[in-house]
Amino acid sequence: MAHENELNLKATELRLGLPGTDESEDMVSIAKNNKRASPESVEDSGSKANSAAKSGDHETSSASKAQIVGWPPVRSYRKNNLQSKKAESESGMYVKVSMDGAPYLRKVDLKVYNGYPELLMALENMFKLSIGEYSEREGYEGSEYAPAYEDKDGDLMLVGDVPWDMFMSSCKRLRIMRGSEAKGLGCAV
Amino acid sequence: MAYSFPEEVLEYVFAFLSSDKDRNAVSLVCKSWYEIERWCRRRIFIGNCYAVSPQIVIRRFPKVRAVKIKGKPHFADFNLVPEGWGAYLYPWISAMARSYPWLEEIKLKRMVVTDESLELISKSFKNFKVLVLSSCEGFTTDGLASIAANCRNLRELDLRESEVEDLSGHWLSHFPDNFTSLVSLNMSCLGSEVSFSALERLVSRCPNLKTLRLNRAVPVEKLPSLLRRAPQLVEFGTGAYSAEIQTDIFSNLVEAFSGCKHLKSLSGFWDVVPAYLPAMYNVCSRITSLNLSYATVQSPDLVELISQCPNLKCLWVLDYIEDAGLKALSSYCKDLQELRVFPSDPYGAEPNVSLTEQGLVTVSAGCPKLQSVLYFCRQMSNAALIAIARNRPNFIRFRLCIIEPQAPDYLTLEPLDTGFGAIVENCKELRRLSLSGLLTDRVFEYIGTHAKKLEMLSIAFAGDSDLGLHHVLSGCESLRKLEIRDCPFGHKALLANAAKLETMRSLWMSSCSVSYGACKLLGQKMPRLNVEVIDERGSPNSRPETCPVEKLYVYRTVAGPRVDKPDFVWTMDEDAALRLS
Repeated sequence: MAHENELNLKATELRLGLPGTDESEDMVSIAKNNKRASPESVEDSGSKANSAAKSGDHETSSASKAQIVGWPPVRSYRKNNLQSKKAESESGMYVKVSMDGAPYLRKVDLKVYNGYPELLMALENMFKLSIGEYSEREGYEGSEYAPAYEDKDGDLMLVGDVPWDMFMSSCKRLRIMRGSEAKGLGCAV
Repeated sequence: MAYSFPEEVLEYVFAFLSSDKDRNAVSLVCKSWYEIERWCRRRIFIGNCYAVSPQIVIRRFPKVRAVKIKGKPHFADFNLVPEGWGAYLYPWISAMARSYPWLEEIKLKRMVVTDESLELISKSFKNFKVLVLSSCEGFTTDGLASIAANCRNLRELDLRESEVEDLSGHWLSHFPDNFTSLVSLNMSCLGSEVSFSALERLVSRCPNLKTLRLNRAVPVEKLPSLLRRAPQLVEFGTGAYSAEIQTDIFSNLVEAFSGCKHLKSLSGFWDVVPAYLPAMYNVCSRITSLNLSYATVQSPDLVELISQCPNLKCLWVLDYIEDAGLKALSSYCKDLQELRVFPSDPYGAEPNVSLTEQGLVTVSAGCPKLQSVLYFCRQMSNAALIAIARNRPNFIRFRLCIIEPQAPDYLTLEPLDTGFGAIVENCKELRRLSLSGLLTDRVFEYIGTHAKKLEMLSIAFAGDSDLGLHHVLSGCESLRKLEIRDCPFGHKALLANAAKLETMRSLWMSSCSVSYGACKLLGQKMPRLNVEVIDERGSPNSRPETCPVEKLYVYRTVAGPRVDKPDFVWTMDEDAALRLS
């Protein structure tokens, strides 16, 4: 009836799911909202024990299909291996950044940057300061500020000495030090 | 006039026959050859543990030294076979413990193995040498401890892809100090850390150790110590290949790898940090087999490594390799025979990597010896499949998994019938085929017409009607294993081709349209088949006869209906109607 069309009952219908999704995606929308890959909910107990521990950390890029048991045909141990890796890779690598004299700290995701220049530029923008050029001999000699980081052993290190990958895996937090204090953090160690 | 060679001579001649097919043929010649052969057969392969009973095997072959037994159907790998279905090892071990005191080898696939079985093995066979547990489950590290402690002559302990309840790593320490016979150890599926010093000492005192596959818990900085103690290694699997990069670890690794002049196969690489991959470059020129299927590294790093391996014959890798990486593979590795590309994000709806059908086309064009492929991807076209088929008529295994069920040719939106048709038409030696994508009955017509050497076929979400199944059952002369899921096949083709099922090892059908009544009929018609209905909704008698069963597993057997069925499995036979009440 034309009358019903004008009322647009469908638009006001109470459903679980994002607006604009239709009936067949309802069940799936729940999964999408929760942003969880839940292969463990449709599979046998065989893989549950392994998957359950990881269910809290899951993020799917865009799970828009209800998952079918045993499809795609990938064995449990392979899936588990990838899921834990995915959780790691998608959760970002956030480290705290403190700046001497600033009232509060910030956080940056190291994964977002491809190398030192990008990271330093981002820090410069974030804190409205200038860090200057890195040189192996002089560190950040002459700059107002110098970036340093705390590594896994708890030591305070100058940013830029080691390859980017190594830095990413060992950096626990960043600290932007005043240039005057940074003297002495040069590479001569 | 009856004459023949003396038995001893015949026995001597038969000893040169290693293939089961040859020995089976020999035993059909005449009664005396049958007798002689059965007394001297030393190795048995049982493709389906329920096709025969331990008693029948032992009665016919009293002097066996090596057994290989397979249990659950292949789709158990993807959780389609409910827990508790069967394939228990214990009855076999308890029978063999009495009758085969000189048993040396047990190789199992998809069997349920308990600690009790392992302990019985370790105590019953004085000269026990080889234990391979492939995709098995049901045991704990305590069972492994029994094997380690009691098998004084053990050569191989291989747990590939088994699900082991890992109570502790202590089992390894049970190998006695005077135990030196180890040749192969694969513990890659285990979770716990073993005592590293025990592992070091074990490796040190076993001069014949050729295969060592570690588990994830062994960190990369410990590898050099092991490699240095076993420079004779041919196959090596690392543990987690990551650590904070330190130059001394790296240089130790380089040195240790360099010392292994016989390494041909590498695997492991969990959590790999790309910066550590170059440590292996010194051995890459001899590498023929590389399993990088746990290595979550990007294409450029993979290509760096692969470009150093001109003798590569077998590569397992994640789809991070991308089309570009496969192009590089096809130019560097001209000896490649087997390629498996696994999905890094099987459940994501959108592609996360740039891997398409093009990668497979390129490899099929560039690698003239490529014969075995397992490829997961998200798009395929008939044109690509036709090109692949023309490039590589020498395929013997072609397993393609397009991740989206019923995905059509992405260029034309047509079914992929002609593409797969080209594969079976050109690849005359094809023995194994897995289909995916949008497929009609037509593809089965092609398969039935051309795939005369096909032994194993896997079908999912394909076909329109029973005609499809009929083409396969009536046309594929060499078919041994057929596994089907989510296809609109009913009973007509099955019943019309019932006799065919006795020429095959097994048929699996799940989420199809085979009615309970049809299953009963098949069971009644074919007494030498076990027609197993697997249904977790309760007895099929509580539903109409026309109701399709959840899962159907049909296999030939000389052992009759099995006696160890769980409560969700029913065997259809003469007495089915009486028993199921």
